[in-house]
Amino acid sequence: MSVLLAAPKKMIELTVDGEVVRVFEGSTILDACRMLGNEQPTLCYGDTLTPVNVCRVCVVEVEGARTLVPSCSRKVEAGMVVLTDSERVRTSRRLVMELLGSSVDLSTAPDALAYIEQYDAKPDRFGPDAATVVQDVKVDNDLYVRDYSKCILCYKCVSACGEDHQNTFAIAVAGRGFDAHISTELDVTLPESACVYCGNCIAVCPTGALMSVPEYEKRQAGTWDAENETVVSTVCPYCGVGCNLELHVQDNEIVNVTSPHDHDVTEGNLCIKGRFGYQYVQNRR
Amino acid sequence: MFGAGGGTSSYEELRETADLIILWGSNARDAHPIFFHHLLKAVHRGAKLYVVDPRRTASAQWADLWLGLDVGTDIPLANAIAREVITAGLVNEEFVARATTCYDAYRESVEPWTLDEAERVTGVPADAIRELAHAWGNSRYPQMCWTLGITEHHNAVDNVLALINLSLLVGGVGRHGTGLQPLRGQNNVQGGGDMGAIPNKLPGFQDVEDDALRAKFDAAWGVTIPPKYGLHMTDMFEAIEEGTFSALYVIGENPAQSEADQTRARKLLSSLDCLVVQDIFRTKTAEMADVVLPASASWAETEGTVTSSERRVQRVRKALEPPGDARDDVAIVYELAQRLGVDLGSPRPEDVWNEVRTLSPMHAGMSYKRLEELGGIQWPCWDETHPGDQFLHGRLWDNVVKNPAPFTPVKHSPPVDVLDAEFPLRLTTGRRLESFNTGVQTGGFSSPLHVGGEALLVSPEDGARYGLRDGGRALVTSRRGAVEAPVAFDNNLRPGLAFMSLHFPDLVEVNVLTIDATDPKSGTAEFKATAIRVEAIA
Repeated sequence: MSVLLAAPKKMIELTVDGEVVRVFEGSTILDACRMLGNEQPTLCYGDTLTPVNVCRVCVVEVEGARTLVPSCSRKVEAGMVVLTDSERVRTSRRLVMELLGSSVDLSTAPDALAYIEQYDAKPDRFGPDAATVVQDVKVDNDLYVRDYSKCILCYKCVSACGEDHQNTFAIAVAGRGFDAHISTELDVTLPESACVYCGNCIAVCPTGALMSVPEYEKRQAGTWDAENETVVSTVCPYCGVGCNLELHVQDNEIVNVTSPHDHDVTEGNLCIKGRFGYQYVQNRR
Repeated sequence: MFGAGGGTSSYEELRETADLIILWGSNARDAHPIFFHHLLKAVHRGAKLYVVDPRRTASAQWADLWLGLDVGTDIPLANAIAREVITAGLVNEEFVARATTCYDAYRESVEPWTLDEAERVTGVPADAIRELAHAWGNSRYPQMCWTLGITEHHNAVDNVLALINLSLLVGGVGRHGTGLQPLRGQNNVQGGGDMGAIPNKLPGFQDVEDDALRAKFDAAWGVTIPPKYGLHMTDMFEAIEEGTFSALYVIGENPAQSEADQTRARKLLSSLDCLVVQDIFRTKTAEMADVVLPASASWAETEGTVTSSERRVQRVRKALEPPGDARDDVAIVYELAQRLGVDLGSPRPEDVWNEVRTLSPMHAGMSYKRLEELGGIQWPCWDETHPGDQFLHGRLWDNVVKNPAPFTPVKHSPPVDVLDAEFPLRLTTGRRLESFNTGVQTGGFSSPLHVGGEALLVSPEDGARYGLRDGGRALVTSRRGAVEAPVAFDNNLRPGLAFMSLHFPDLVEVNVLTIDATDPKSGTAEFKATAIRVEAIA
């Protein structure tokens, strides 16, 4: 039996960097770029998250538009003419990376480091006294740490904890301006907060500000060995929902558990048992 | 009722299409968290959620309406909903006439369950029952989901039938977007059934007592399969008691802690001539065994498949080398066969799976290659061109329905462990978010949510009535035994209801209290309904 699930969609034609592309109505400029294999830098964009338009690194120039527009959320329109690599775009992206690079520790953020290089950004041009968000690492439980010296305020953790996926609402952005920061309610510790330790925030964090304890401790001890890590897909051993797991293994030891974003059961999300409940296997060793 | 046991619809239908979702005896927010993500997407889309549960659970807190029924009154509630749907003229008459049988008998059976009578027996206000009945009758795409709140009762099968009846009444099965979803509590409990690890079925839900089907397996395996149904676990314990059962081979199960009325279970296990335990841990059951066969973790140290709640068969893969002498389950069974004089060849999981495919038609099209490419396949999958079925029983919507689905009238049967002056409190059990079953696995990680371990949860009203202190300790006594436990007050419990989990048996042996009254068909014990009394310990 065949079932019509949705009305057929209209195709929209636009031009990106001189190339004509046709995409479904409702697609974003970023989708159109990707159709052409023209990858754009993104930090706050998440393939499983509603766009929040805060990082401004994916901005592009649209002919006739007064300002640059975020490609991750702006929907395509017929006849749109888009420039992704104009001087104006490059200048804007460079400044974004310089501001982030001068104030935030990006040492575990490979994408951000790549964009700094790609746009020839000079984060140190604001001098040694530039303001930073440096602070102590928050280690208040045995499952994951929060190092907000590495936080670029992309909101992804907030979206994943909130309405996009987990609906726990344990964290939000508090403060204004440079003091804006990710916070639990009243800035209490995680064990005192509403957190249920699903770790779906870790799964979307682009900078390593949120990190599992095993990874954090191995990095501290200098035994983190990403190069020799293997990743094996399997199914969670707990309830019957059938969440796919990716076991990240270093030296016959599970160091992290994730779920594929394109797996339609989880969209990359897990619960506390799926993400952290694997230790029993290794306690037998 | 429908032949093969499994959820009739899929998560995607619930997420994208359902307009009414009932969670009945299910706290999916804590017990099936990622299923609940799908459910919340439906709720955000505008679907209505009704939760039927004695406790005001984390799931109930998301509901449009929570129906807090007394433990074990599911059938009166379901029958009253049915009566109201019928009285209000909301029955899908065309579907009922075309695709079902026994409707008249069913209608008569629910007739006594007026809203007022149901309120008296279930404790749910008549208005709330009426509201749910009208929502159910007016829904185009209703989804009925349940878990152990329905099945851990002495009349589990009747409880399930009561819910199936409700779905038949409104044509809530066999169409895209609507269906019945029993949420499976363990990662491969569905697969165990699929593979015939149940006493009455061979792989693919093929009946043991069907001569032709059995002959097919006899020929493939070169043996004669006993022509009668075997024993389920509860029957086995009875057989031990009767002395007709003297050896037990336990694979990946911890009955010394998981069985209801644990004192009796342990006594029976220790009376066996031979107990073999194959497990990844030295469990309490393994400690009682004559032989322990150390196994590997089936999801991280071996290759194979598991089947999820939505009938989706998916691959598990080896990521780690198992420790010490631990071996793959298949290898252990093959070696055992070898010692018993049968050579099964080399133990390759894919070969075993391909043998399943030749004998179980519903799995025939699921090669490892296709499972990989398609990210799992939902049974039935008849051949290598078949995509698998997202929902079951579409045949009920054929122009001519060959095997109509029967309504099955069911009667109320209250919990076996009755409440009286001596045992006035109802203890029910359930799962916590961060823990699993007897804690053998979840005891292994350091969760901030484990804090406190086990506790007897009671309403503040009962706390006051019985002189308990929040944070104090209590002696909890049932007709079978007594345990000491910490006490915590819980505003989400109604007076008369207490709650404990089974996750920390080394701290509190809750199964000393529970009753092994079991459903004669499913063999499931009534973990959900124990009569207790409580006394404060200074």
